[in-house]
Amino acid sequence: MTSVEKVPQDKITIEGLTGDAAIAHALKQSDVDVLAAYPITPQTIIVEDFQKFAADGEVQTRVIPVESEHSAMSACIGASAVGARVATASASAGLALMWEILYCAASMRMPIVFTVANRALSAPINIHNDHSDGMGMRDSGFIQLYCQSSQEAYDTTIMAFKLAEDHGVLLPVMVGIDGFILSHNVERVEMLPDDAVQKFLGVRVPVQPLDPKNPITMGPLALTDYYFEFKEQQDEAIWNVPKIYKQVEAEFKKMTGRSYGMFEEYKTKDAEIIILAMSTMGGTAKAVADVLREKGEKVGVIRLKMFRPFPAKEIAKAVSGAKAVMIFEKAMSFGAVTSPLAMEVKSALYDLEKKPMVVDFVVGLGGRDVPPTTFVEGYEKTKKYVEKGKAPLYETLGVRK
Amino acid sequence: MEKAAVSIKDMLKKDQILSAGHRMCAGCAAPTIVKLMGMALRGPTIVCENTGCLEVATTIYPYTAWEIPWIHVAFENAAAVASGVVEAMDVMREKGRSEDEHVDVIAIGGDGSSFDIGFGAISGMLERGHDIVYMVYDNGAYQNTGIQRSGATLPGQETTTSWAGKVEPGKRQRKKPLAEIVAAHKIPYVATVDPYHYRDFIKKFRKALEVEGPAFIHAFSPCPRGWRSQTGKSIELSKLAVETGIHPLFEVIDGEEWIMSSPSKNLKELKPLDEYWATQGQFRHLKDPKWDDFKKQIRDQVSHDWELLRKRCGLE
Repeated sequence: MTSVEKVPQDKITIEGLTGDAAIAHALKQSDVDVLAAYPITPQTIIVEDFQKFAADGEVQTRVIPVESEHSAMSACIGASAVGARVATASASAGLALMWEILYCAASMRMPIVFTVANRALSAPINIHNDHSDGMGMRDSGFIQLYCQSSQEAYDTTIMAFKLAEDHGVLLPVMVGIDGFILSHNVERVEMLPDDAVQKFLGVRVPVQPLDPKNPITMGPLALTDYYFEFKEQQDEAIWNVPKIYKQVEAEFKKMTGRSYGMFEEYKTKDAEIIILAMSTMGGTAKAVADVLREKGEKVGVIRLKMFRPFPAKEIAKAVSGAKAVMIFEKAMSFGAVTSPLAMEVKSALYDLEKKPMVVDFVVGLGGRDVPPTTFVEGYEKTKKYVEKGKAPLYETLGVRK
Repeated sequence: MEKAAVSIKDMLKKDQILSAGHRMCAGCAAPTIVKLMGMALRGPTIVCENTGCLEVATTIYPYTAWEIPWIHVAFENAAAVASGVVEAMDVMREKGRSEDEHVDVIAIGGDGSSFDIGFGAISGMLERGHDIVYMVYDNGAYQNTGIQRSGATLPGQETTTSWAGKVEPGKRQRKKPLAEIVAAHKIPYVATVDPYHYRDFIKKFRKALEVEGPAFIHAFSPCPRGWRSQTGKSIELSKLAVETGIHPLFEVIDGEEWIMSSPSKNLKELKPLDEYWATQGQFRHLKDPKWDDFKKQIRDQVSHDWELLRKRCGLE
């Protein structure tokens, strides 16, 4: 780890930025060598802004305007294989088209940073936010970090390179922001000076690049005798993430005073019901918790940032004192026991002697608004379920039945 | 910069890029094609390859037959992977992070991954103008998955998805004219090659490396397993494919200047297709007189294409 120092306030640039623009600035300051991307709403601004930086000579980056997202991730792997720092961006259908290559990126241990403006999957085609794209790739081997604010999107994108490129990890990272809700929403962002980011990240040191001086074969055929060992190593690598993420965050905090953890806890200490949500819903949940607290309700919030690897033990510990965990999530797993986030949480709690009840609400699909009133509706239902001692495996809120 | 090895003497001295011990089938022309490609190399080179026979049979972990840096990611994306490799090498050199003055980047695919599933990635690579040589080794079907028809399969060719049956004569459709389609991208260099005419092959491949920007090599690659041809005859079959007009040898410069290569140019007339069909089990059904009309259609088409090509090359 490099030694970084606190950046004085007069070196900080403050700007109003959308989530997309904040990511574009973070990519610029991260001195990305190659960025390959294909346009898709609501991610487009990331690449548009970055292309503008390139057109003005503000970045020393080869931007590859590929003909598909499948090729975007493929070009990223090629560039990463020779040792470059690499990024791409996508959403929804574009991410789905990458799906095959997402697995290759992770299994070939390419530290690619993949920023995603999370958006609903077709059909019907819909450009607005939910988490079905991110949840669809959850088993691909990518690290997944979901952000609540433009500031967090900026910070997380920078940290993502350090995490991905760490030799104990060498895995790609997805940085998720809610499509439109965050990607197109202007917020105050404190930006670091370029040199501070460069000092924090350094230059990527590849472990085994494709190099004519030391020829190696990458991406071979591995059959029954070796395939499983590749997967075993990949599994080990992703479980190194919590430790290294903590180190990366600690260093980032030294420089900025900011850190986020694998999840954020808000008024959970004495909470009887804990709302668990991701991304921008975390902000709404906290505001709702404040109002309910004023009315004497013992409610808290966990805003999960790291979905992969899933911080199971930590989440179990954080909710172990509560009567119920009320999950608000923006994805469905059709025909499954429950929804993706609830499945993780329920599994995480399985070994607890005294388990809080898990109540799962699927909300906001296709960008359907999730206002505070929906949280209150869910909260009232959760209280009733706690009284009855029984809750449905999952249910939807805010939808015509 | 290393010279291309065109004479047998120089070829013996040049480092081989594919070692012995790979597990390609006996008689397969693909390893020969790779070795001929190796004779053209001018220095540090990175190879990106699509999934296919050559990929799976040369890199069975923990072994590899490749003596130069090599990467495979998926079936349809070597052109995109190579795009990333070449741009990354360039920018890292600019930033002082690569000591190599220049690294040639080659992408390789079989006909399935080049004519069909990876075609979009190739077209994108060509349009963006990356300095990459893309080579397709064309054995006329998805041989790796068990001889299924591809866009490169010839009319009348029997495969496991274009059976010759009571009412079908094998594949009915014509072969996709990939080299022409690629040339229509107006890239600096396109050439067709085959392993029999090895000097022509090496010289063209070297030219492909030397042009600035994308170049495309279409290599004819007999497959005894899929074609039901004799394992010792692959190189002769390559020659016959040129002589019958199945695989004419030509170059296209900047998508505009068409040049017939000597082996094709020197042909007084094309040999009958029947001679070519007679060498392979995959055409055996065509002997049945009920396919006479169909065979005539194929002959007409091949001679029409041949005349058109001659015209384009200014040979009338």
